Amino acid sequence: METLMQTITQYGSGLFGAAWPSLWLVVWTLLKIIVLVVPVLTCVAYLTYFERKVIGYMHSRIGPNRVGPWGLFQPLADAGKAIFKEVITPSRANRKLYFIAPTLALAPAIAVWAVVPFGENLVVANIDASLLYILAIGSMSVYGLILAGWSSNSKYAFLGSMRAAAQVVSYEIAMGFALVVVLMVSGSLNLTDIVHAQQKGMGVDWGLNFLSWNWLPLLPLFVVFFISGIAETNRAPFDVAEGESEIVAGFHLEYSGMAFAIFFLAEYTEMILVSALTSLMFLGGWSSPVAFLPDGIWWLVAKICGLLFLFLWFRASFPRYRYDHIMRLGWKVFIPLTVFWLLLVGVWMLSPLNIWK
Amino acid sequence: MAMAAIEGTEETMSDIRNYTLNFGPQHPAAHGVLRLVLELDGEVVVRADPHIGLLHRGTEKLAENRTWAQSLPYMDRLDYTCMMCSEHAYCLAVERLLGIEIPERAKYLRTLFDEVTRLIGHLLSLGTHALDVGAMGVMLYAFREREDLLDVYEAATGARMHPAYYRIGGVSRDLPDHMPQYRESKWKNAATVKKLNENRQGSLLDFLEDFTERFPKHHAEYHTLLTDNRIWKQRLVNIGIVSPERAKQLGFTGAMLRGSGIEWDLRKKQPYAAYDKVDFDVPVGVNGDSYDRYLVRMEEMLQANRIIKQCIAWLRTHPGAVMAENHKVTPPRRADMKSNMESLIHHFKYFSEGIHVPEGEAYAAVEHPKGEFGIYAVSDGANKPYRLKIRSPGFVHLSSMNEMARGHMIADVVTIIGSQDIVFGEIDR
Repeated sequence: METLMQTITQYGSGLFGAAWPSLWLVVWTLLKIIVLVVPVLTCVAYLTYFERKVIGYMHSRIGPNRVGPWGLFQPLADAGKAIFKEVITPSRANRKLYFIAPTLALAPAIAVWAVVPFGENLVVANIDASLLYILAIGSMSVYGLILAGWSSNSKYAFLGSMRAAAQVVSYEIAMGFALVVVLMVSGSLNLTDIVHAQQKGMGVDWGLNFLSWNWLPLLPLFVVFFISGIAETNRAPFDVAEGESEIVAGFHLEYSGMAFAIFFLAEYTEMILVSALTSLMFLGGWSSPVAFLPDGIWWLVAKICGLLFLFLWFRASFPRYRYDHIMRLGWKVFIPLTVFWLLLVGVWMLSPLNIWK
Repeated sequence: MAMAAIEGTEETMSDIRNYTLNFGPQHPAAHGVLRLVLELDGEVVVRADPHIGLLHRGTEKLAENRTWAQSLPYMDRLDYTCMMCSEHAYCLAVERLLGIEIPERAKYLRTLFDEVTRLIGHLLSLGTHALDVGAMGVMLYAFREREDLLDVYEAATGARMHPAYYRIGGVSRDLPDHMPQYRESKWKNAATVKKLNENRQGSLLDFLEDFTERFPKHHAEYHTLLTDNRIWKQRLVNIGIVSPERAKQLGFTGAMLRGSGIEWDLRKKQPYAAYDKVDFDVPVGVNGDSYDRYLVRMEEMLQANRIIKQCIAWLRTHPGAVMAENHKVTPPRRADMKSNMESLIHHFKYFSEGIHVPEGEAYAAVEHPKGEFGIYAVSDGANKPYRLKIRSPGFVHLSSMNEMARGHMIADVVTIIGSQDIVFGEIDR
């Protein structure tokens, strides 16, 4: 590996001279992005398969089983279908915004992955303000939803985007407060450092690493963060922005073909993202739950899969919240709860009982 | 001209107006082809205006041009989720005009199938209601049980959806003594097929009895998924309240009326078939909201299960004829027809000219899963009805949509449609 890199550097310097180091940085970063995005999108494709299978079994039916062995090629077939379908534009839609909207929904969902660490030094951009970056970029995706609903010029879509806007904005606050507490106890905005902060403490001394992770001392915030994450991604039981049986399909009602599929790509990417962030911030990221097993990316993958399973489980079993109930839950339960826990943890950290020294 | 139009819209945009939303006819929660024009203030419904007629097939008029026996299958197509109950009302009305009694076994068979139908109807209603409110699982669980009942339909009548099993003067045939079995296929291996066929080894009654044994367990699953679920309760409690007085004024029947706390069940109040000989309770609600109606339907399923059990026990020990022997109004046995001149004539007359019903009029109503389903038949003595009027419960219930939905949110409209349990086949007729 070392010699390969040296060969590339020598060859490149010979070819481009002094411009080579900066050029190589661009190429290298692009390579890293490809190595990140391709697996993420593959995971998205197979998450749809996983969802259909899991919910299928929960509903005592089979799920896809005709395309390929055990239906494994179903996501490819779906993608092929979506690509070749016509993208219909409603005649009175605002065409520019109508086509920008799906991009605006998907781009932030993928961009956030840049700061997500998968292990020690296994991250595209290990920046110190990664938590801030996540909050900033993550909240961008709601513009895609709003614009999609507005530009379609359809009443159902408009209602959907109004719901999406209100819901996502309210749950971002609860989510933000939960993150503030995490950064308080970790003393860092860097996700790698947040994971490191969870790798020490009383539990680790006993060999039971999982007791040191943030989920235990910050249990209410863990729950609030994950539920807010479900609400942020517009998943059941908070899927009022789509509200299948009420407003038909909500904000993406008028979309078809690939434009429609992109909203789903965005939704599923965000699902994986929320699971990844929850794992990193509350479940110790790539650290092993017990001392005698080595840390590694597989732990992160396992945690993400577990949380994704919860997403699907909720979808399979719960009825849908009503729009005003969601708002009530966000503003009257989650935000007071997180604010209270913020103060409590603040006092806790200043007291002699501080466990995060 | 175009400029002027745009300016005009800009002017009217400045004042705040209610928003009109066309809910249906192509809407996932429209239960068929309901077109509901909703006037909205934000998400709050100011006025709900149901438009009907998209599934109108002119059943009443068609019946005037068919012989009495030929109109029967149309009844299946009225409420296509509870088929045999509609047939029952039709048969009762014609039998009342003819003044004939049907054999005891036919009465029990009708009771049995009325209750199987009630389960089929309520399971569908429960499933779609839950699906409208967002709970996918219940729908599929309900359909799992419904599938078994449709197999019962198929085994007894040959059709899953439009059985045409009841006949004027009885039922078309007795129960079969074996159940159809699954066969091996590319997707079902021998072990799966064996498991699927386990409860299909005996007669139809054995299969149905096995179903009644396990149904309470499945029923408990629906309760687990919904009844105490906080979201479900938030979505249903205090939604679409109808007071007992108002429910009567609006002409509600069935679960809609009982949900408001009025104990009214035609099976108890005006018993028909064998309902006076079986034990069952009539559940009633307290608050008259969607949640009470849901609970009433849930309990009715268990009661239906109870009635089915009693009918099975009776039918096992009482063999006999299932069709009245008066061959002026019922078809003769096919075997007789081959050897008996008179039977041949009866057969020919029955299937060509049809039966003549004495002059007069009759109204017969049954406790359909959705409410009182009535047939009002007028005969002028010919082989066709002079007039046939169908009283469908769904039409009455839908008429109250505006009153029930006003002041609620869009999501509640969906809940109310689900709790009204409307089916367009019978509303539009």
